Amino acid sequence: MEKKDQKKPALAVQNLTKHFSGVLAIDNLSLSITQGAITSIVGPNGSGKTTLINTLSGIFKPEQGTITVQGRTVPPLHPHDVWHHGITRTFQNTRLFEQMTVLDNVLVVLTKRSVIPSLLETKDDTHYDQAKQVLAATNLWEKRDQLAANLSYGQRKLLEIARSLATDADIYLFDEPFAGLFPKMVTVVFTILRSLKQEGKTVVLVEHDMDLIRKISDHVIVLDSGTLLAQGSPEQVLSEKSVVEAYLGQ
Amino acid sequence: MEYFLHLITLFAIYAILGLSLNLVVGYTGLLSATHAAFYGIGAYATALLLTVSGLNFFFAVFLGIILTSLIALSIGSVLSKFRDDYYALGSIGFCIITFSIFLNWQDLTRGPLGISGIPRPDIFGLSFSSSILFALLALIALGVTFLACRGIVRSSFGRVLKAIREDEGAIQVFGYRTHTYKLLVFVISAAMASVAGSLFATYVTYIDPSTFTILESVFILAIIILGGLANLRGSLIGALILILIPELLRFAGFPAEIAGQTRELVYGLMLLVLMLRRPQGLLGEYKL
Ligand SMILES: Nc1ncnc2c1ncn2[C@@H]1O[C@H](COP(=O)(O)OP(=O)(O)O)[C@@H](O)[C@H]1O
Ligand SMILES: [Mg+2]
Repeated sequence: MEKKDQKKPALAVQNLTKHFSGVLAIDNLSLSITQGAITSIVGPNGSGKTTLINTLSGIFKPEQGTITVQGRTVPPLHPHDVWHHGITRTFQNTRLFEQMTVLDNVLVVLTKRSVIPSLLETKDDTHYDQAKQVLAATNLWEKRDQLAANLSYGQRKLLEIARSLATDADIYLFDEPFAGLFPKMVTVVFTILRSLKQEGKTVVLVEHDMDLIRKISDHVIVLDSGTLLAQGSPEQVLSEKSVVEAYLGQ
Repeated sequence: MEYFLHLITLFAIYAILGLSLNLVVGYTGLLSATHAAFYGIGAYATALLLTVSGLNFFFAVFLGIILTSLIALSIGSVLSKFRDDYYALGSIGFCIITFSIFLNWQDLTRGPLGISGIPRPDIFGLSFSSSILFALLALIALGVTFLACRGIVRSSFGRVLKAIREDEGAIQVFGYRTHTYKLLVFVISAAMASVAGSLFATYVTYIDPSTFTILESVFILAIIILGGLANLRGSLIGALILILIPELLRFAGFPAEIAGQTRELVYGLMLLVLMLRRPQGLLGEYKL
């Protein structure tokens, strides 16, 4: 029984299409994301990686195609449904709650999801402990009382990750979490992704750095102009001629 | 002494309006100009209930709250779909429409003639006709409002409101139906404005539409912008300063006719200096 569930893809899309006034960002795309694995999505700029994540998190409605979560086809997602399906994400261009403290940026996603109970809920110790845990994991605990707006670029990226970790979701969509990070921070994020995998979580990672991808991914999916160019194990995919060309052609 | 109590009462009424508007504008980041409308609906509801049906004061206040909340619920469910400029424009529209209903539904509101002879509150035989008792009543209402607002902004609900202000799209992804939050805080805020209206109507014992124009909304906005958005004590200070300025001008020896115009000038100058020097307001933590 357990085993059978493991085989279902955590996420899948079938014949997904999305375009922006003429630009075909996702072109009849079908793919699936393996449960409990780290899947890297690569592809040149503008190949539709972020658009795919935005569609999977309900920010964009697909014009066509279906989305399947844990083997069940879901109705068109609203952003606020995504969490209920056990999905969380980070944003490529960080979207923090700027005029709130680092601690509040995390506490806020731990709030009860219905309004009246949330009105009666104040300082909840379990929430505080959970927030402390994810902020410690991202080296941000010392910064907890600072406004998010005052963080450095790398710290902002880490806070995005901390915020998504706090949700304790099953599926994590990370849009270029390593981009622009100092090596020390890269190690922190690397460790976090590894431990998510150890906990059996599913991770989708958009990334450009080939070395990182080789080291961390179980699967690689290559997008080009909104279509699936190649997929498979890192060694296999990254040596494929068409993939190399798509990148060098840039 | 009478005069001092008068100022206290006015301060309490405007502080309630400021605190409640701050929930929507300062904490949730929705630039709403509806407040004068809800203030007016509360005032008219109480005035009519007291003069026509001779109801008990508390009961009239309570019915005013219910009526205002229901109206806020329907207006708010439309407004909550918008944000930024569109929200502000919609709220201005609502305020103008409400004003013209006060003015033109003559059978109910007596139009420009207004409603006079509104009785002072009479609670269990204790009449609040004296200035000191009324000032006390207004201060108690202010105290309750302050505590309620503080409870809201310190709750998890309040934290979500701030997140909506910062990035509504981002907080939605974490499972929050922001529409509901915006709607609920709007209704709570309107209900509080309604209480201020009830106090105002029974204090001055005469109301007409001219009090509840869009300019009154702007005045309440000025209170919270001056005091500081997303800061409750700031709203108290803002109300205090804007209530005291005309009085100070009068003390400074400006004749009454000029004092009125000077007041507008001072408000204008003050907001200008504020925008340039301290855009977050005196105690505010957030810039609009
Ligand atoms: N919100 C949007 N509005 C208009 N065009 C968009 C939008 N988001 C993405 N696009 C377009 O869709 C294509 C794919 O973009 P994106 O998904 O961001 O690529 P990637 O993340 O792979 O770099 C690009 O041509 C981009 O210009
Ligand atoms: Mg991208």
